[in-house]
Amino acid sequence: MSNAASEFLRDAATKSADLAHRQIIRHGIDKYNEAFERGRARFFNWETARQRCYEIKWEAVNHLDRYLVEFEERVKARGGHVFWAENAEEARAYITDLAKRRGVRTIVKSKSMVAEEIHLAPALEKEGIKVYETDLGEFIVQLRNEPPYHIVTPAMHLTRRDISALFKEKLGGIDTEDPPELVGVARRWLRQTFFAADMGISGANFLVADSGMIAITTNEGNADLGTSLPQIHVALAGIEKVIPRLEDLAILWPVLATAGTGQPITCYNTLIGGPRGPNETDGPEEFHVILLDNGRSELLADAEQRDVLNCIRCGACLNACPVFRSVGGHTYGTTYPGPIGSVLTPHLRGLDEFQHLSYASSLCGACTDACPVKIDLHHHLLHNRRNAVNEAHRPWAERIGFKFWRWTTMSAGRFAFLGSIGRAALRAAYALGLETTVLDPLRPWTKDRAAPRIPAKSFRALWRKGIGSN
Amino acid sequence: MKVALFIPCFVDQLMPDVGLDTARVLRRIGYEIDFPEEQTCCGQPAFNSGYWNDARPLAERFVRVFRSAEAVVCPSGSCTTMVRNFYPELLAGTALRDEAVRLGKRVFEFSEFLVKVARKTDVGAEFPHRVAYHDACHALRELRLKQEPREILRNVRGLELVEMQYSEDCCGFGGTFAVKFNMISTAMGEAKAASAAAAHAEYITSTDPSCLMHIEGILRRQNSTVRTLHLANILARTESASERDSRAAASEKAR
Repeated sequence: MSNAASEFLRDAATKSADLAHRQIIRHGIDKYNEAFERGRARFFNWETARQRCYEIKWEAVNHLDRYLVEFEERVKARGGHVFWAENAEEARAYITDLAKRRGVRTIVKSKSMVAEEIHLAPALEKEGIKVYETDLGEFIVQLRNEPPYHIVTPAMHLTRRDISALFKEKLGGIDTEDPPELVGVARRWLRQTFFAADMGISGANFLVADSGMIAITTNEGNADLGTSLPQIHVALAGIEKVIPRLEDLAILWPVLATAGTGQPITCYNTLIGGPRGPNETDGPEEFHVILLDNGRSELLADAEQRDVLNCIRCGACLNACPVFRSVGGHTYGTTYPGPIGSVLTPHLRGLDEFQHLSYASSLCGACTDACPVKIDLHHHLLHNRRNAVNEAHRPWAERIGFKFWRWTTMSAGRFAFLGSIGRAALRAAYALGLETTVLDPLRPWTKDRAAPRIPAKSFRALWRKGIGSN
Repeated sequence: MKVALFIPCFVDQLMPDVGLDTARVLRRIGYEIDFPEEQTCCGQPAFNSGYWNDARPLAERFVRVFRSAEAVVCPSGSCTTMVRNFYPELLAGTALRDEAVRLGKRVFEFSEFLVKVARKTDVGAEFPHRVAYHDACHALRELRLKQEPREILRNVRGLELVEMQYSEDCCGFGGTFAVKFNMISTAMGEAKAASAAAAHAEYITSTDPSCLMHIEGILRRQNSTVRTLHLANILARTESASERDSRAAASEKAR
């Protein structure tokens, strides 16, 4: 078993039993569900909207070569820089080099999952550059020295009381549990850093090919300050973020907002197409876009799972997932938690190390129904499992077990015979009172569940006797 | 019409009464029943665990065993899903693929068969209890059955159908997931048990015996008074059966 797998099992056991944690998450997701239902009702037809978004992303993903180059040309024509990063290391090196060359000492960063993916902030901090998270949720988890818990709501695992105590400890100032006052504390604190920063780093929700612009969506306006006040703006995006046309945002923006938080539209939606122009009064002097591959091209080559690149990082699959709600975001030990993370991470970081996530699912399919761009998430978990078996990543005992199962069930006679022996053994064990002891033959099952009542006769035996015909 | 019974392997071995009651109900509404004794397992355990090469011969075997059946009825949405939704992918590129697709269209989950094929939502059952229907995932999200079992339950005399909060949430069974990730599986099951208790249900019913086996295990370990019954078990209870039950209960009390 990989390290990641044993850590997952350990943390999952702790978190699943943590009722207070489960309650916080349930409460947060109940509120999301209410908002989402209201949001969905605003659409004339949500299913059609999903289908349209799927088609837009599918077109883009299948023509990345064309749309990315179109995007690059237009950004460059406006004086921006575009850097194609093959992997995390190249992306980090580009940004740290740029920061060092320009003498950058502080950076304000808005939300970017790609920055998490490439572990950007620690790399910059190592160079002595201070990075401030400016998204409120990210700011909170940064103060706690934690990765984001959820890709849209990074601090959803914390209560007002937790945040109040955290602010009191780390920021000083007033003692309050009132959300608007807590927001006020963070705002006053962050406002100074915006003015002091030499560089702004942002993500990009979309890269618009036909206009050469990045689209950024936030609820706090932090990305707008962070990308316009400092002299340098660096935007980070995975190559799959490109969309063909500006008009595609007419459906992608409201669908992203609704799937993400239930809002009709997110508060701030900004298009940025380059550095400050000759006759413009504001904006950065330098504009860099980093297009990150980091395994995405290989996923693109996988015709079966290519639709994973449709993902717009709305977090809807996390909210819908009963496993996520039980174990929480940190247990996954990945940048992207929840169903999308379980599907994607083996592609980014290796199937051997992260196959366990594809097995840590009841395959209920709630994620697939929730996905606004129609990624076939739970079936891809099945595909990852098949790949894990075919690439010999599974334990030998399991392999032999299924070979034995196959041998047994390829003959009705064998199946019936071995079944009756198995039942007799179980009945004997439970008659002897072995349930829940170390000798319990169904041990993992009976740890927290009663053993099933084992019948003396199988269906086929009863059927032969004519039982069931009355 | 003659109906072939597809009894999932674990129902055959562990919950034979679900199979028997499925047959009883179908016979009561006028179907002739056949149980092809060569059947064993549809291959889903191996398929879901990634062992497609071990599942494939079982799928091919299933197609051969049931190929001549006019209609196949299964008291499990999950095993029905395996045949209808997953065989085409599992058998892609093999000689039996097309036949599997055609067979998949003739394989029905029990409640689906009653509502869509037999067009009988009232099968003359009586069961005077408060019952909550748990939406089993494969029936709900693979076969898209939501109203079918509820419609049937509403036609059971004396039965009060109650809705649980989060009834569409997975109960946590998930095949080998239930033992590989026992702690997550039972956490999900406990949430389900809590929903049933909050709805003051006496019984949880469903179209999938595997969910019920898991939920029942949790309820019994918690010493809960809520019990589980498969939809077929409820539909098999007729007026005379429930009278028998109440007479037995009365004599129990008298003793």
